[in-house]
Amino acid sequence: MKAFARLLERLAFTPGRNAKLTILSHYFRDTPDPDRGYALAVLTGTLDLRQVSPSLLKRLASERVDEQLFRLSYDFVGDLAETIALIWPDEAEADAGVSVAQAVTLLRGTGKIALPGVIADLLDRLTPPERLALLKLATGNLRVGVSARLARMALAMDTPRSADEIGEIWHGLEPPFLPLFAWIAGGPRPDAAEAPFRPVMLSTPVTPEDLAPLSPGDYLAEWKWDGIRVQAVAEGGLRKLYSRTGEEIGAAFPDIIEDMTWQGAVDGELLIRRDDAVAPFADLQKRLGRKQVGRAMLQSHPAALRLYDILTWEGEDLRALPLQERRERLEAARFDSPRIDLSPLLPFASWDDLAALRAAPHAPVIEGVMIKRRDAPYIAGRPRGPWFKWKRDPMVVDAVLLYAQSGHGKRSGFYSDFTFGLWDGEDLVPVGKAYFGFTDEELRELDRFVRRNTVQRFGPVRQLAPSLVVEVAFEGLNASPRHRSGLAMRFPRISRIRWDKPAGEADHLATLKAML
Amino acid sequence: MTPRAEEIVYPTEAGLYCAPGDFHIDPLRPVARALVTHGHSDHARPGHGAVMATRQTLDIMAIRLGESFAASRQIADGPTRIGDVTVSFHPAGHVLGSAQILITPDRGPRILVSGDYCRTPNPVCLPWEPVACDVFITEATFGLPVFRHPDPRTEAGRLVASMAEFPDRPHLVGVYPLGKAQRVIALARAAGHDAPIAIHGALKRLCDYHAEQGIDLGPLVPATDPGEAQLVLAPPSAFASPWVQRFRDPVLSYASGWMTVRARARQRGVELPLVISDHVDWPQLTATIRDLGPQEVWITHGTEDGLMRWCEIEGIPSRPLRLVGYEDEPE
Ligand SMILES: [Zn+2]
Ligand SMILES: [Zn+2]
Repeated sequence: MKAFARLLERLAFTPGRNAKLTILSHYFRDTPDPDRGYALAVLTGTLDLRQVSPSLLKRLASERVDEQLFRLSYDFVGDLAETIALIWPDEAEADAGVSVAQAVTLLRGTGKIALPGVIADLLDRLTPPERLALLKLATGNLRVGVSARLARMALAMDTPRSADEIGEIWHGLEPPFLPLFAWIAGGPRPDAAEAPFRPVMLSTPVTPEDLAPLSPGDYLAEWKWDGIRVQAVAEGGLRKLYSRTGEEIGAAFPDIIEDMTWQGAVDGELLIRRDDAVAPFADLQKRLGRKQVGRAMLQSHPAALRLYDILTWEGEDLRALPLQERRERLEAARFDSPRIDLSPLLPFASWDDLAALRAAPHAPVIEGVMIKRRDAPYIAGRPRGPWFKWKRDPMVVDAVLLYAQSGHGKRSGFYSDFTFGLWDGEDLVPVGKAYFGFTDEELRELDRFVRRNTVQRFGPVRQLAPSLVVEVAFEGLNASPRHRSGLAMRFPRISRIRWDKPAGEADHLATLKAML
Repeated sequence: MTPRAEEIVYPTEAGLYCAPGDFHIDPLRPVARALVTHGHSDHARPGHGAVMATRQTLDIMAIRLGESFAASRQIADGPTRIGDVTVSFHPAGHVLGSAQILITPDRGPRILVSGDYCRTPNPVCLPWEPVACDVFITEATFGLPVFRHPDPRTEAGRLVASMAEFPDRPHLVGVYPLGKAQRVIALARAAGHDAPIAIHGALKRLCDYHAEQGIDLGPLVPATDPGEAQLVLAPPSAFASPWVQRFRDPVLSYASGWMTVRARARQRGVELPLVISDHVDWPQLTATIRDLGPQEVWITHGTEDGLMRWCEIEGIPSRPLRLVGYEDEPE
């Protein structure tokens, strides 16, 4: 548990993705079985552990620490698990040690009545950092920012295996994944999984200049839907809905799962659709991340699948076939569900035809077009060439920089996180934050600007004289009662710094509202 | 009649005052006669008439405040008579030169002013000494039971391990220039880091002074020209200044007892928080009171509510002095 506690602490404080990968890969390399397998399961949230309530933890602490001292400490520390980890009396047995495997086994197998005793006994046997790790486990609250994809990449580092291969194998195995680790180290390949996730094929962005030399007849085109890319797999009696990174999201979409009555793996967009009308992304967001979905939500926000590719069908792997043939197979396949349809092919003879379609889509939930080579097989990853995404031009506003905060990692010491605002009468109202979009050179200029134009400091945040205008590009806009402006931008970024433009000429909030 | 403790020593606007000796201890504003426990800037201020302190504290004050920091100075050397009391200085284990001050009146209770103190072995200063007393005036910087500082050697081990894990990233450790800087260097050396260590200009004169006093810090180079040095020490304020921009993709670290609390570490925006403190933690603080067995405990500054509650449970009379002007932990 010592190494695991150290891992959690490093991950919690390490903002950089590459640094996280290094830390994880070293952990997997240096930690013996079965601990590393359980750690992998816990980090990626694939293990169901018995959840310990805050009130139980408080009760355990109150039996050991003076109530007033506990309250003063909790006020100071601000986090219950952390307070208990630090304040729990040190016992002599702390050296006995507890492995991750032991802790996980106890948290999985202990009944409700025995649980308080088991937790207390574990805490007695651990050092403060380990106690915190245990309590984070037991409260289901790790929050270290490790996605399944990041974990796969860490497992693959400095090994003969690829992250995609690992993804395929992993999905068929149970923690602590002993055959997976053995195979990564060069051992035999474990048997294929039931209804596994197949690593997806991704597209690259494209510009009109890139398209010009290409022959339109070699490509198919579809709308690019603003939903969630999913892989729906029904094989061997199992039905699974995977996100494009291989995370299972079926629990939030029982309506889709119920209608997966076929045998095969298909690729498409998950949407909220009411009759023929596809709802905006914000509607879909309401259903994401839920452990279960109520009847009312299922009715008001009905999910739908809009398919554009087929990977396997009735036992046959179709991924090596060219797209043209896969599309024919997809059209021939039967999906007996009103929730499931195919993404239509767009008719076009020239890139100009397609540009016209892209410029005026019939639904706001379309964010551009996809262009796919007819003769390309289904290749995992992001190969450049066979699949392009040609997005609609982003929306832009001219906003005024209001606050700045310094960044981490490569941007340490540079003010790189910005809050910007728009005019509302005489006031500037904050409308969003942007962390990127600018070049390194522009970052240095922005940093200099921040240092020279600070009017007040709040801890790490600097309030700026409202004088610099930046062009902010974003992909979409949602109404949001939680924001003072009433609006939330998607993927905002600083696309240009308008050193030339006076702050008084920045856009008004009304302009942004009109884009909604 | 025998004077009571609160007639001998009491808080005033200028800080803690000893009436029968007519002097202040660690005064917060200029006074005629000051006794100074150690060289941290919230305890050792300029502008007093006469200053009495250990030789090293006087040297450090001259380095930090200039040679003319006081009209006159006197080295504390054995029990010394001042007015109607005798004072003596005893090692506090906090930073180089730090002392506890014992006030022994001709009649009445012996009063020990701890200053800042620490009982964890520290290679850059003399170890804390127990001093018998009737009234113990203590700090309570870490006066809550959540503060249990790990072995500093373990923390230094984490620093060295991180440098090995990320050999291409410079490690910038935020340290207070007096005490913490030299201790972190000594700890890194003990953990096997023999390479040159780069130091910010603000650390140089105090590091030089430690070396002159026979404390081996190994090879040090200026941070403006770090060469191959992977470990860089600087005052934490440097992290918010353009100074830090010269380092590519640094691991920011900070060595302080406050790093126990994650929210504090987050506030600092550091990637590698190191819990290394020059103050007593909760077990040391409570053990010290038990060891000395004073009749009364007075608390100068810190989280006194926690320590007072503990004294109440233990049946030891305690009272807060609520001296304002000492930082939590000047780091
Ligand atoms: Zn101090
Ligand atoms: Zn102090």
